Amino acid sequence: MVLNEIIELINGEIHTCTDKMNIIIKSACGADLMSDVMAFSKENAMLLTGLVNPQVIRTAEMMDIQVVVFVRGKKPSKEMCELAEEKGIVLLSTDLSMFTACGILYKAGIVGKGSECE
Amino acid sequence: MSSIIIKEYDIPANDFSRAGEASSNVRKLLTQLGVNPAIIKRTSIAMYEAELNVVIHGNGGRARVEIFEDKIEILVYDEGPGIEDIELAMKEGYSTAPDFIREMGFGAGMGLSNIKKNSDKFVLESEPNKGTRVYITIYLY
Repeated sequence: MVLNEIIELINGEIHTCTDKMNIIIKSACGADLMSDVMAFSKENAMLLTGLVNPQVIRTAEMMDIQVVVFVRGKKPSKEMCELAEEKGIVLLSTDLSMFTACGILYKAGIVGKGSECE
Repeated sequence: MSSIIIKEYDIPANDFSRAGEASSNVRKLLTQLGVNPAIIKRTSIAMYEAELNVVIHGNGGRARVEIFEDKIEILVYDEGPGIEDIELAMKEGYSTAPDFIREMGFGAGMGLSNIKKNSDKFVLESEPNKGTRVYITIYLY
């Protein structure tokens, strides 16, 4: 699914990398615990999270996550936006809850990879 | 075989805005060298977890990265309080991280086992009051 369509579905606000709205997203993960993202997420290009700090951007970088969506109306700081812009990571915000945002995307065909413990 | 590239990085204590900078640098370097993306990802995860440990537990430290023709060797070390029971520290879910670290999304007790999982060779040396040394080897082929 094209990122633009995802933004429309979750009524997302775009904070960084406005030139990347046409990238294709097939899978995503949802977590507030970055330790879990590091340990369990696989090949997911998008992260939905309620956690807002620079380590979210670092974690996304290490995990090849191209898009981070902050749920429950949370907004990234200027420092976070600068770091994300430098790393080429798209930051979005949605007023939806984690559950609802993930549900809408799952229903639209976005899958989760590596969510089951091995 | 001698190494092609040697890099050393400072890992400052309790500076969470810079935590991950060393790993990010190595990641960039490996990308420039044209290393396989799956290997870059494993290296990034292992080194980032080790770097975070040094920031959180080790009162800061250093990382030494050596890139050979066939492998990457990473040493992340600190002179912090050390680990009393290595076997316990390796156990998934065990953590001594304070609450403010957990609020940042870390300290779930997955770090050391995740380093091991992403490395081809993993050695952890530590003694109370003598710091901690984590050796990570990742083969390029």
